[in-house]
Amino acid sequence: MEPRTTADVGGMGHSLKRKEDPRFIRGRGTYVDDVQLPGMLYLDIVRSTHAHAKIVKIDSAKALAVPGVLAVITGADLAKYNLHWMPTLMSDTQMVLPVEKVMYQAQEVAAVLATSRYAAADGAAVVEVEYDPLPVVVDPRKALEPGAPVLRTDKKDKKDNHIWHWEWGEKAATDRAFTEAAVTVKENIYLPRIHVASIETCGCIAHFDKIDGKLTVWMTTQAPHAIRTVFALVAGHVGLTEHKIRIISPDIGGGFGGKVPVYPGYVIAVAASVLTGKPVKWIEDRMENLQADSFARDYHITAELAANKDGKLTALRIKTLADHGYTDAAANPSKFPAGLFHVCTGSYDLKAAHVEVDGVYTNKPPGGIAYRCSFRVTEAVHTIERMVDLMAHQLDIDPAEFRMKNFVKPEQFPYKSALGWEYDSGNYAGALQKAMDTISYAELRKEQAARRARGELMGIGISSFTEIVGAGPSKHFDILGLKMFDSCEIRVHPTGKAIARFGTKSQGQGHETTYAQILAEELGIPARDIQVEEGDTDTAPYGLGTYASRSTPVAGAAAAVAARKVRDKARKIAAHLLEVAEDDLVWEPGKFSVKGAPSQSKTIQDCAFAAYTNHPQGMEAGLEAVSYYDPPNLTYPFGSYICVVDVDAGTGEVKVRRFVAIDDCGNIINPMIVQGQVHGGLTMGLAPALFEEISYDEHGNVQGGSFIDYLVPTAVETPKWETGHTITPSPHHPLGAKGVGESATVGAPAAIANAVVDALWHLGVRHVDIPITPAKVWKLLREHGVRG
Amino acid sequence: MQVQLTINGEKHEADVEPRLLLVHLIRDVLRLTGTHIGCDTTHCGACTVLLEGRAVKSCTLFAVQASGKQLMTVEGLEQDGKLHPLQEGFMAEHGLQCGYCTPGMLMTSVAFLEKHPKPSEDDIRRAISGNLCRCTGYVNIVKAVQHAAAALQGGA
Amino acid sequence: MIPAAFAYHAPKSLTEATALLAKLGDGAKVLSGGQSLIPLMKLRLTSPPHVVDINGIQGLAYLKEADGFLRIGALTRESDLDESELIRTRYPLLHDTCKVIADPLVRNMATVGGNLAHGDPANDHPAAMLALGAQVVAVGGKGERRIPIASFFTGPFETALEPDEILTEIRVPVPPAGSGGAYVKMERKVGDFATAAVAAQVTLAASGVCESAGIGLTNVGLTPIQASRAEAALKGKRPDEAAIAEAARLAAEAAQPTDDLRGPAEYKKDLVRVLTTRALRRALERATARR
Ligand SMILES: Cc1cc2nc3c(=O)[nH]c(=O)nc-3n(C[C@H](O)[C@H](O)[C@H](O)COP(=O)(O)OP(=O)(O)OC[C@H]3O[C@@H](n4cnc5c(N)ncnc54)[C@H](O)[C@@H]3O)c2cc1C
Ligand code: FES
Ligand code: FES
Repeated sequence: MEPRTTADVGGMGHSLKRKEDPRFIRGRGTYVDDVQLPGMLYLDIVRSTHAHAKIVKIDSAKALAVPGVLAVITGADLAKYNLHWMPTLMSDTQMVLPVEKVMYQAQEVAAVLATSRYAAADGAAVVEVEYDPLPVVVDPRKALEPGAPVLRTDKKDKKDNHIWHWEWGEKAATDRAFTEAAVTVKENIYLPRIHVASIETCGCIAHFDKIDGKLTVWMTTQAPHAIRTVFALVAGHVGLTEHKIRIISPDIGGGFGGKVPVYPGYVIAVAASVLTGKPVKWIEDRMENLQADSFARDYHITAELAANKDGKLTALRIKTLADHGYTDAAANPSKFPAGLFHVCTGSYDLKAAHVEVDGVYTNKPPGGIAYRCSFRVTEAVHTIERMVDLMAHQLDIDPAEFRMKNFVKPEQFPYKSALGWEYDSGNYAGALQKAMDTISYAELRKEQAARRARGELMGIGISSFTEIVGAGPSKHFDILGLKMFDSCEIRVHPTGKAIARFGTKSQGQGHETTYAQILAEELGIPARDIQVEEGDTDTAPYGLGTYASRSTPVAGAAAAVAARKVRDKARKIAAHLLEVAEDDLVWEPGKFSVKGAPSQSKTIQDCAFAAYTNHPQGMEAGLEAVSYYDPPNLTYPFGSYICVVDVDAGTGEVKVRRFVAIDDCGNIINPMIVQGQVHGGLTMGLAPALFEEISYDEHGNVQGGSFIDYLVPTAVETPKWETGHTITPSPHHPLGAKGVGESATVGAPAAIANAVVDALWHLGVRHVDIPITPAKVWKLLREHGVRG
Repeated sequence: MQVQLTINGEKHEADVEPRLLLVHLIRDVLRLTGTHIGCDTTHCGACTVLLEGRAVKSCTLFAVQASGKQLMTVEGLEQDGKLHPLQEGFMAEHGLQCGYCTPGMLMTSVAFLEKHPKPSEDDIRRAISGNLCRCTGYVNIVKAVQHAAAALQGGA
Repeated sequence: MIPAAFAYHAPKSLTEATALLAKLGDGAKVLSGGQSLIPLMKLRLTSPPHVVDINGIQGLAYLKEADGFLRIGALTRESDLDESELIRTRYPLLHDTCKVIADPLVRNMATVGGNLAHGDPANDHPAAMLALGAQVVAVGGKGERRIPIASFFTGPFETALEPDEILTEIRVPVPPAGSGGAYVKMERKVGDFATAAVAAQVTLAASGVCESAGIGLTNVGLTPIQASRAEAALKGKRPDEAAIAEAARLAAEAAQPTDDLRGPAEYKKDLVRVLTTRALRRALERATARR
C-alpha cells in the first residue's frame, strides 16, 4: 500500500521511528521499580513450600525482631476487613492471603512490611510457618476421578474438582460426519504450562493519602481502568471508591498477557498502604513471577479430524481438559470460559465441528491467561495445524498441497465457520503460495529426499493459521460485565498540535507512535505534533486495555473515528472561513480546499486556530472529540509459516535452519513496527515449541521455576527470521487494519512441531508434544531404531 | 562500609552494607534507574554495566567490589548531547520495543564493539547471548549493532 | 533476591588472606569472580558470615608457559582465556571450554580458579583439566602444595582444599607435538550448564598410534569424572573409528548420571557416548594437524 500522506506527516504506511525510543535508549524510561517516594515502605512475600497443606501456625516473632521490619501481614489480618479473598476475572474466587490452607507451592502465605527492600527480605526469610500437608492433586485427569480429594473445601457443596463444562458446535452433525468419513485421524496433544516471562516482572507502589483519602497505585498493568473498577468493587466496603482511586501504568517492560490479572501482591500492598498511610512498594522477583503469576495454556487436548476419500476435510471433534490450578483466574471474556478456542477450525472449510472443554481444579497456581495470544487461540491453531498435517501425511499428500485444497477460498468471505464465527476477510492460499515461493518449497522437498537417502534428518513444517483478535463486539464480549470497547479522546490545540489519550496501555508495541500515525493519517497533522498518552486513569478515557491484540483493532479504530469527528467539525470551520458550503470542500490529508478552486484552502491547523479564535456563531469553541469504539466484529489476521529443521540423530537436538513467515494483518500502520512485532512473536513461538515449560512433580513441586530451567531463548537459539506480508484489509475496520502483535506466537509453534514430525515421519513418528526437547527427540529416535 | 566509585565520569560515595548488590547501589542509592533488574539467577543481563570497561551483570557483584573502580551505565553513553552510535543504531533499526532489556543490550554491545569492530552476525548473536529480550526476537538488535559498527568504522 | 548480611574482608596479600581464613574457619568463603558464590547467596542457599574477597591480591591473574607447564593464575577470567592467543593456538581444548561456559558477561567475571574450587560437577573446567592431567596449586597456612587434578574433586561441591587454603594456580603440562584436544558440550541453551559434556585430549606418535589420551566428563555424576578405562582403551592403539567407538562406549559406562529436567539418565549416558565420539574425532583431527 502506498502511503497517502507525506513522510513529513507520517501517516499510515510510513516506517516512522518510534517516539518512545529517545527515553528508552537513554535509560530514561520510568518503569514501576524506578518510582521512589519519600517514606516508602517495602513488602516481601513469604510463600508456601507445600502444594497443599493446612496452615497450623504462622510465627512472626523472629521476623518482627529484624531491624526495619514493621509488620507481618497474614490472612487473619486481611480477614478483619474481608479482604482475604478476591474475585477472579472469571467470577471464581482467589485467596489474597490464606487463613486456612495453601493450595499450591509458592502461594502467598504472609507479607513482611519493612523500611527497606533488604529488611523486608530478611524478615520474610525468618517467618516460620507450620504446615500440615494434605493430599496433592497434580494431574487434572486424576483430579476428576471419583474419590479424588476435593480441593475447594471453601466452596460449600462442592463435591469434586470439576469447574465447568463448556461445549460448542453441532454435536450430532459432527458425529454423523465422522461416521461417514473415509479417513479419520486422532491425536492427543498436550500444550504445557508456560509463562510469559516479560523481562520486567510485576509490581506496584500503592500510596494511600490519608488526608484526601485518595489511593494512587503505580502498577504493571495492561488494563488500568478495569483494575480501578475491580479495586473499587472489591474494596468499596473499606472506603475505596472509584473517584478516589488512581491507577498509573507507567512504562511497562513487556506484558504479553501476564500483566492483566490482579495478583495478591498488589492487593496486599494496597492494604498495607491504606493501613499505614505510607507508600508501599512490592516488586516480585523472577522466581515469584514464574512460580506464582498466571500461567498460560495447560490444555490436554484430544482431537479428531475427518476427511472424505478425495482428501477433502469434513469435520473436527475436540475434547479438552483445561487445568486451571486451584481457581479459575483466566482472563477470558466472561461468556467464554475457554476463550476463543472454538476458532479451532482454523483456515479450513469444514462442514461440522464440535468442541468440548472441561475446566479442572488442581494444586497449581491459577491462570489461563494468554501468552502473547488472543484468548486460547494458540491452543486452537496448534490443534488444527497439527491435525491437518497429520491427515496430509496419513493420506500421503504434500502438506502444502493438502492445505491449498482445503482452505476457505477468498470468494467465500465473509465466511461463516462451522463453529459460528464470521471471518471478515482472507486469502489463505495467497499467503501460503508466497511463503512457498520465498523459501523455494519444491527445492527444499528435493533436498530433504536427498538428505534422507543419506540418513540425515531434515523436516519441513507448515502452519497456515487464522487468528481472531480485537475483542470485541460488546454484545458478546465483556470482562466482569465491562464491555470490551476501547477509547480515544483527541484535543487539537489552537496552534494545530494535539494530544490524544487512550484507554489502552502499550507494553512495547509502540502506541505513542502508531496511534499518532493513525491520527496523522486521518487529520493530516504531522505525527510528531501529536502527543499520545495512556495509562493514567485520572486523565485517560475509559478502556478495557491492551491484550489479545486489541489495540489496533479497537483503540486504533476509536482513534480513527474520533479523528473523523474532529475532521467533521474542522470542515464546518473551514467552510465558515472560506465562506462556502461544507459540500463544496474537498479533503486531502491536512487540508480542505474549495472544489474547482484548489488555491482557496484552509489547513487543519488554520481550522484549529479558528476553533478557538474565530469559530462560527452558534458552534461551541474548541476542537476535540471522543470515541468509545465498539467493533462490529472481530478481525481475523492470518498467515502462512514454513520452517526447516535439522535434527541431530546423536543428541536429539532440533535446529531451526530457516523460518519464513508471511503475515496478513490487513492494512499496515507502521511497517517497521509490524515487522518488529512479528520477529518478537516468532521468538515467543519458538520458545514454547522447543524450550519452555513449567511442570510439577507428583508432590506439586514446581519444575522450571527460575531462569535456570525456564529456558527463554537467547539470540543464539533464535533463527534469523525471514518475514513478508500480503495485505487483505478488514472490511469492517475503519482503517482496514487487523492487529498483528500475536499472530506469530500463535502460528509458529505448529510450524516447528510439524517440521520435526515431518523429519521423523518415515521412521514411524506421528506426533511429539511441545516443548520438543533434545531428550524427547532422542527417545523417539531410539524407539524408532535410530542409534545416532 | 564506605565505597567510592566513579560512574560515568562522576565520583560517588556511599555508606553501604557489604551485601548491597551493585545494581541496588546504582538504582536505589544513586538513582540511576536506567540499569534494570529482570531475574534472580544472573541470566537476563538487564542489569549490565561496564566495570573497568568490561560488561558485567551488576546484580552479581557486591557494591563493595566496585569500590575504587570506574563504572559506566546507560546514562553515560550520551556525550555532550551526542548519542552513542549504538543508541542511534537501536532507534534506526527498531532494536527495542518495551525498552526494558535495552540498557543492558547497549552496554554489552558497547564493550563488544570496542574489541570487535567488524563482527559477523554470529559474533554479535554470541556476544549478546547473556542478555535476554522478550520483545524483539533479536533480529533488529543484531541489525542495530551492525548499524553502529558501520557508523563507528566510518567515523574512525 | 537479597543475600543475608556478612562481614567483608579484602586482604591485600596471600599471607593475609590465608591467615584470615585460618582465623575465620568454616564460616568464611573466598570470593573470586563471585559468579557461583553470589547467585547462591542471593538465593540464600548459602549465607556465609564472612566473605574474603581475594580480587585485591596482586599477581593472581596470568597466563604463561614456564617450566613445561601452562600456568594459569587462579584469578584469570574466562574471557581472558578466550582472548588469549596462547590458549587459542596451543590449547584448543581450553579454548573450546571457555567459550561454552555461561555467557559472555558471566565470563568477564568468572575465574578459572573459582570454576575448579567450586567443586561443581556441572562446571566445565574440571573435565577439561582432568583430560589435560593438570595440577592445582594451593597456598595455605602450612605453605604451598600441588594437588593432582585426579585427586582434587572429593565430592559434590567438595574439593581437596583445606578451609584455609586458596587455590592460586592451575598447571597444565605443555602438550607434546602431535597433541590435540576438544571439548564438546550439549547444553539446552546458551548459558546453561551441560546436559553432558566431554573433554578429550590425545597425543599421537609419529606412527599414528595414540600415545596418550585424557577423557573427562561433565555433569554426569556427583563429581567430574575421568573416563580412565576409555583412556586406556585408546592408548597404544591406532585411533580408527572402531577404537573411537569402543572408547565412547567405555566413557558412557563410566558416566553415572541421574534423571533431572535436562533429561533421563539413560539419555545422558548415551549422550556421553555420542559426545565422546565427536570430541575424540575433533581432538584427533587437531592432533593430526600438529604432527
Ligand atoms: C548464569 C550462569 C551460568 C553459568 N554457566 C556455567 C557453565 O555453563 N559452566 C561452568 O563451568 N560454569 C558456569 N557458571 C559458573 C561460573 O563459571 C562460575 O563463575 C564459576 O563456577 C566459579 O567461578 P567464580 O570465579 O565466579 O567463583 P566464585 O563464585 O567466586 O566462587 C565459587 C566457590 O569457589 C570458592 N573459591 C573461588 N575461588 C577460590 C580460590 N581461588 N581458592 C579457594 N576457593 C575459591 C568460593 O569460596 C566459592 O565457594 C555459570 C554461572 C552463571 C551465573
Ligand atoms: S538482573 Fe538478571 S542478570 Fe542481572
Ligand atoms: S525490548 Fe522488551 S525485553 Fe527487549
